Amino acid sequence: MTREEVLQVADMCKLSLSEEEINIFMGMFTGVMEQVKELDELDTENVEPLYFLNIKDKPYREDVVEESLDREEVLKNAPEEEYGYFKVKKVME
Amino acid sequence: MDITRLTAEEIREKIEKKEVSALEVTRAHLDRIREIDGDLNAFITITEEEALEAAKRVDQKVKNGEKLGKLAGIPVGVKDNIVTKAIRTTAGSKMLENFIPPYDATVIKRIKEEDGIILGKTNLDEFAGSYSTESSYFGPTKNPIDKERVPGGSSGGSTAAVRAHEVALALGSDTGGSNRQPASYCGIVGIKPSYGLVSRYGLIPLSNSLDVVGTFGRNVKDATLLLDVIAGSDINDPSAMEVERVNYLESLQADIKGMRIALPGEYMNMPMDSRVKEKVLEAARLFEKLGAKVEEVSLPHAKYAWATYYLIVVSEISSAMAKYGGVGYGYRTEDYETLDELYIKSRTEGLGEEIKRSIMAGTYILSSQEGKKYYEKAFRVRALIKEDFDRVFETYDVILSPTTPNLPFKLGESVKNPTEMYGSGIFNIPANVAGLCAISVPCGYADGLPVGLQIMGDRFKEINILKAAYAFEAELSLGGEHSGI
Amino acid sequence: MPLKQNYPWEVNIVAYKTIVGLEIHVELLTKTKMFCHCKNEFGGDANTHCCPICLGLPGALPKLNKEALEYGIKAGLALNCQIADRVKMDRKHYFYPDLTKGYQISQDDNPLCSKGYLEIESEEGPKKIGIQRIHIEEDTGKSIHTEAGDTLVDYNRAGVPLIEIVTAPDINSGEEARMFLENLKNTLKYIEVSDCKMEEGSLRCDVNINVVDTETGKRTNITELKNLNSFKAVATAIEYEENRHISLLKEGKNTIKETRRWNDVENVTVAMRGKGTTDNYRYAVDVDIPPVTIKEAWIDEIRANLPELPHAKKERFMREYDLPEYDAGVLTQSKELSIFFEETVKLCDDAKQVSNWIMGDVLRRLNDEGIEVGDLKFGPEDLAALLKLINDDKISNNIGKKVLREMFETGKKPEDIVKEKGWIQISDEDELKQIVGKVLEENQQSVIDYKNGKDRALGFIIGQVMKATRGKANPQIVNKLVLEAIEEK
Repeated sequence: MTREEVLQVADMCKLSLSEEEINIFMGMFTGVMEQVKELDELDTENVEPLYFLNIKDKPYREDVVEESLDREEVLKNAPEEEYGYFKVKKVME
Repeated sequence: MDITRLTAEEIREKIEKKEVSALEVTRAHLDRIREIDGDLNAFITITEEEALEAAKRVDQKVKNGEKLGKLAGIPVGVKDNIVTKAIRTTAGSKMLENFIPPYDATVIKRIKEEDGIILGKTNLDEFAGSYSTESSYFGPTKNPIDKERVPGGSSGGSTAAVRAHEVALALGSDTGGSNRQPASYCGIVGIKPSYGLVSRYGLIPLSNSLDVVGTFGRNVKDATLLLDVIAGSDINDPSAMEVERVNYLESLQADIKGMRIALPGEYMNMPMDSRVKEKVLEAARLFEKLGAKVEEVSLPHAKYAWATYYLIVVSEISSAMAKYGGVGYGYRTEDYETLDELYIKSRTEGLGEEIKRSIMAGTYILSSQEGKKYYEKAFRVRALIKEDFDRVFETYDVILSPTTPNLPFKLGESVKNPTEMYGSGIFNIPANVAGLCAISVPCGYADGLPVGLQIMGDRFKEINILKAAYAFEAELSLGGEHSGI
Repeated sequence: MPLKQNYPWEVNIVAYKTIVGLEIHVELLTKTKMFCHCKNEFGGDANTHCCPICLGLPGALPKLNKEALEYGIKAGLALNCQIADRVKMDRKHYFYPDLTKGYQISQDDNPLCSKGYLEIESEEGPKKIGIQRIHIEEDTGKSIHTEAGDTLVDYNRAGVPLIEIVTAPDINSGEEARMFLENLKNTLKYIEVSDCKMEEGSLRCDVNINVVDTETGKRTNITELKNLNSFKAVATAIEYEENRHISLLKEGKNTIKETRRWNDVENVTVAMRGKGTTDNYRYAVDVDIPPVTIKEAWIDEIRANLPELPHAKKERFMREYDLPEYDAGVLTQSKELSIFFEETVKLCDDAKQVSNWIMGDVLRRLNDEGIEVGDLKFGPEDLAALLKLINDDKISNNIGKKVLREMFETGKKPEDIVKEKGWIQISDEDELKQIVGKVLEENQQSVIDYKNGKDRALGFIIGQVMKATRGKANPQIVNKLVLEAIEEK
């Protein structure tokens, strides 16, 4: 993995890494990918991917309204709020 | 009588018999916390007021002759990645340092319904994403057995609190061993239920495919008592299954003569501390003495479990962590000029190194062609790994292995060798990958440090691992109140 | 304006072919959101329809709304699609304040519906516009930007169920796009899965467009158009954009593959600033939502319960009521209108008469006011009553139109209006004879003119009689009496 790629990935997941962190990550990840590549030893063409362990007959619910949270509770953890809205202050788009 | 030395079962019994009040029990444990937790650091938040109120309500019930809940008066610790209404829930992170959930996790509701007394939120690795509790924003927790060592992780706060008699029971969570490895390191019992037995509603997610809520107790019966309360389907968690409820507590005492026990050859040949290996082989012999049949089996895909686990867990971590950006809740950076800056600075400043590394890895996997290929492959190999277990469980009731390949290491040691630490989950991750149940039960000490035995069972066959663990514990005389060294 | 119209003398009329595909988001009319029990309702105070799930609070888990799934299947069936036999959901990751979880629960591969079509009446005749896929997903919250430059976010809309409809690039003009959208809206309203109001955001449309030089085969890069707030805007924007593409081709240049924003004040598309549409969504399976197996029996049940679709209804109107295709088409353009028509006809006999009145005066009024049938202050029984008054000769056709105007305004019953306004037609021949006599006396020159062959003079005389009776005289009787009176003279 190149340094370029690391920075691209960091941008995608909205993180900013220090030089040291980048190096640690590159080192660790290279090692990991080597072990990951061992999976190529297995022929899985005819194996269905196991995404779901819990299969249900009716995994859905009825369209019935239930009480929402009070607006006060909704906004309780908001870093900033105004007029009942969540607020993000002036940004350039 | 030192109340904090009682087991959970004993506490409830004494309260029902009016030998002691819930308030006394609560106060005794709060005193204990006050006495030692400044040093131990097992708790992030102590809910003294709420606990005393809850205790008073239980005592009122006793006075009125009302029916008492299964956890009446028992002090419980809750891992701080399980949301508690109106009580700060931090996930061990600066990102949620001041987050006050407007709702209770289902498991919390159930504990309250059964009159359990929650004393506080316990420490954990940040977002449950590591193996020693050292990555917590609120500092590491010490292992009560040896204060220079880690209690394990990610549920280190819960296991230390139980071990040190700050609480009698505790909740944890398990994604790759987090409800077993710290139990092993702290010499207590930890249960990882089958995926889908216990509701995940209110469990702050690390990896949605692998996460479960687990229980801790100082002995098998205690840990089972808490499991009994929290298990069961939940309309708020569509992935939780409707399973026929078994009365675990009643079935614990059953004879295990004739039980068929498997010992995977691949596991026993993996590198591990020889003292651990010795203790586990001793345990196998003990089971034979109890009348069980122990045989070696093969899990052909065992060597691929780690890569499979890794691909799934980091991908899902990067997804689960995408909700933290300082917009609707959580840590927000002070100054930002653009939207990008808001996200980048809030996430970079609010999250710790380890969880950030996992996010990076997962993002790479899901965003690149090569990575995506392996992500999909991992789910196919997962099917193969599960098939291995299905085959073994056709003939055998439980599978034995060490809980961890090593003994608890010293605080600060893991930083020197990050990959070494990941290796400590090597025997645990297969149960997460295949959705199996597993229990870690103490099986002795090596040079003063605890060794844990892991017993795995087929999905929703908790009764098998509980029976086996109970019989084993009784035989080893570590059942009931045990104080370790 | 389309290029073809500007240059009718162009030798190669179809020198350039415009290729358009639409991406349409439609909000479903379920009672609750896609993954939680919060109310799905337009309007409402900000952040009052929210819960841990749609707020994306840590630990909350999504609960799939069965009704939303059913509505998606209904839409698929109405649009002639194949329905998937298994539904799984995926996560689409990107960072934006109105997206609470940092990912949108949507569908990547395996959409709910695929390979369908919707017919439009293009210039060359009926044309099938392919529908590549329809999938279900959740909507985001809404951001407003204040004057101070801050962004305020309301999560009431976060989690509202959506279907995303992607057409094949079969559309070849702005007008075809507009027709497609009208038909789509009508169809979806017919099956009651959405009210498709672009002005309320329950239908949103993005356009993908490029142009091919049919001689050389050179294609421009596809541009994506956003911020289209009406069907008209879609048509106009496509026409503007195709011109832009063609101009560049003529200069030997090409368009940039980009997203452009429609500015409906200046009527131009503008390149959007900021990063391009190179978002990597890092799709991953959402394992919190167990897969749904869609059994044949369920699809059959839904199909059996589908209301009559516009096309079928139009054919039936032509058959049952003996209406010309044009009439049937107009009457079935909206479900409410077609119901209004049928209810009225039940109470009258003359389907054609009802059709004329609805297509004429009623529809004109609805269009002028920009209102829906549901907004009318009167019902089918009232229109039927009005027509009965006319057919019974109680009032003339013209008065009838006046009465209808009153009905629009006040909602009063036609009989009451006629009584109040004293508009009962005067059909009493004796009464009218007197008035006719008077008018003829006062207008002797006109009588002479008429007798001398000036037919227009008759009209004038009749007009005077009508004036004298303030329009209330029965015109046929007046006509007869006037002629009789003149004969006598």
